Amino acid sequence: MPDQVLFGIEVVINGLMAGVLYALVALGFVLIFKASGIFNFAQGVMALFAAMTLVGIQDGQVPFSHLINAIFGTKIHHFGWEVHSILAILVTIVVMIVLAWAVQHFIFKHLVGQEPIILFMATIGLAYFLEGVADLMWGAEIKTLNVCLADGVCLPQGINGFLDATTFNWFGYGLFIDNLDISATIVAVILVAILVIFSQYTKQGRAMRAVADDHQAALSVGISLNYIWILVWSVAGFVALVAGIMWGAKSGVQFSLSLIALKALPVLMLGGFTSIPGAIIGGLIIGVGEKLFEFLVGSMIGGATENWFAYVLALLFLVFRPQGLFGERIIERV
Amino acid sequence: MFYREAGDFKISYVADNQTFPIAFDRYRYYAILVVGFLVLPFWVDDYLVNAILAPFFIYAIAAIGLNILTGYCGQVSLGTGGFMAVGAYSCYKLMTGFPDVSIVLHIILAGGITAVVGTVFGLPSLRIKGFYLAVATLAAQFFLVWLFNRVSWFYNYSASGQINAPERTVFNVPVTGPNVEPWAMYLICLFFAFFSAVIARNLTRGTLGRTWMAIRDMDIAAEIIGVNPLRAKLTAFAISSFFVGISGALFFAVYLGAAEAGDSFGIQKSFIVLFMIIIGGLGSIFGSFAGAALLVVLPVFLKLIGVDLFGWPTDLVAHIQLVIVGLLIILFLVLEPHGLAQLWRIAKEKLRLWPFPH
Repeated sequence: MPDQVLFGIEVVINGLMAGVLYALVALGFVLIFKASGIFNFAQGVMALFAAMTLVGIQDGQVPFSHLINAIFGTKIHHFGWEVHSILAILVTIVVMIVLAWAVQHFIFKHLVGQEPIILFMATIGLAYFLEGVADLMWGAEIKTLNVCLADGVCLPQGINGFLDATTFNWFGYGLFIDNLDISATIVAVILVAILVIFSQYTKQGRAMRAVADDHQAALSVGISLNYIWILVWSVAGFVALVAGIMWGAKSGVQFSLSLIALKALPVLMLGGFTSIPGAIIGGLIIGVGEKLFEFLVGSMIGGATENWFAYVLALLFLVFRPQGLFGERIIERV
Repeated sequence: MFYREAGDFKISYVADNQTFPIAFDRYRYYAILVVGFLVLPFWVDDYLVNAILAPFFIYAIAAIGLNILTGYCGQVSLGTGGFMAVGAYSCYKLMTGFPDVSIVLHIILAGGITAVVGTVFGLPSLRIKGFYLAVATLAAQFFLVWLFNRVSWFYNYSASGQINAPERTVFNVPVTGPNVEPWAMYLICLFFAFFSAVIARNLTRGTLGRTWMAIRDMDIAAEIIGVNPLRAKLTAFAISSFFVGISGALFFAVYLGAAEAGDSFGIQKSFIVLFMIIIGGLGSIFGSFAGAALLVVLPVFLKLIGVDLFGWPTDLVAHIQLVIVGLLIILFLVLEPHGLAQLWRIAKEKLRLWPFPH
């Protein structure tokens, strides 16, 4: 096979892997949107926040150390211990649940019945707030994230040697696939499986789906909306944590993470706001599309087309199918 | 006592329809204009203009523009930064292409070019609405910034990729370039802010403004009573972009002097202007000014307190600022969704009845 075709295949596979990461962020959006009608702009920042908290706890950083140092003139930075990854992940999950409660209790409880666009703007405010808090808590410098489940069992980094060697033997060209992308795909599959099992077979999951279908009907059979919304935000926080781990391990935990997460928005517009399969397939389409476009057309028009391709694709797509690929049909009544 | 319409009899429809029907309001407005145009130029210094007044006026114009689109017509846009970039770059191309034409004309033409671009990106609004549209305008933001970074024709093939404003004069006084006097910068920004506000105010209370508000409140019902949604939405996009373009042109040519699309007109600009109209008040010209004032003064104030008074590091203060801005947005949306403008209206209503509250 000619090298160009092989190179193209490599681009497609890498695009699929990137798409999985977009889909991870998009999943969190869909969960919240289905259950509460809130379009959570802060999902990307939540991923950043979760990843920073995880790194901070793992490295034994003192939260708000910069602020404390500035106010009291002290010089504390670290507790001097390192926390095991699993324990740190558990603590981070607790933090995300507390965050979910706070978001529901202090913001959205007071905004029930407001127009969706007001809720959307509130989540933009939330995004700013969280970003500031995350920076205050753990400092804004770029951090590296290494998650090790046990001694020596870490998230793998770097090129997958096995695939490289095999394809080189077969076609005379080694495919460059990042180990991390492969593990991200596996994790994403597991995560979706867990979510499906949770929402299909547990009491809470069923309640969640009932609320997503019809708030008032759910309320009338005795489901507490408040509880479900906190639950949904917690699940979204958990998804954000997973996405944050994967993105953070790939490109470092830093502010640009929340900008990459903005890419989840066109993913949603492609897939439809209310569909979990849509989020995944939309993510894959965007991932492959932007990589292929950059590969085929990008070099001709100046490169770095990845910045906008996803948005323009989603924009064009919306003009023809406003509800997205898998979204429910938008019916308007006066 | 002194702030009421009693005894102030109108004898013509024109007088009855004026913007400030209460005499006290009218005189206050004239007093502010006199102070702004005739007193302050003699008094302002470099720091005041560069840190507060010039960005205040420029952001106020952008906020007026976005308020027309979002506050009056109900179409949320996250592309303000991109449209400001269009204004800046078209102003730059005009300035360098036609050096003999007045800079004021260039800035207005830059607004016109932005209006055309804004209308093109407004076309999807005919099919999609709400946050779908908000995300769609992100496409404008990222695409336009990329375009200005990558296509070297826009920055005249300069090696740095930056655009630099050459010196241009109004009545032989330099208003762009390195030799600008503070009062000149102040006056040209004030001039544009004043006329933008007057034009926007009168547009929004005329036919056009009413059709925008009808579309905002319920587009289907508006269509049924005979409002043409195509015209209403596209005019809102065009006029909004016109103001945003003017503010972008001023921001680059008068205030910054040199700009680079990604740094000066990134997504953060879009958010800041959106925050200004949320905090100031959606659907209010006064609110655009109030929100711009608050968000321009806040960082300066925090820097004065944090960095200069307490000696904290700058990045820490920047993070605190993020937290405060986020909190302000949420607080305003929860407690007073109509923003500072509504507080102002309530205060005026109280004052009208004072000192007898019934």
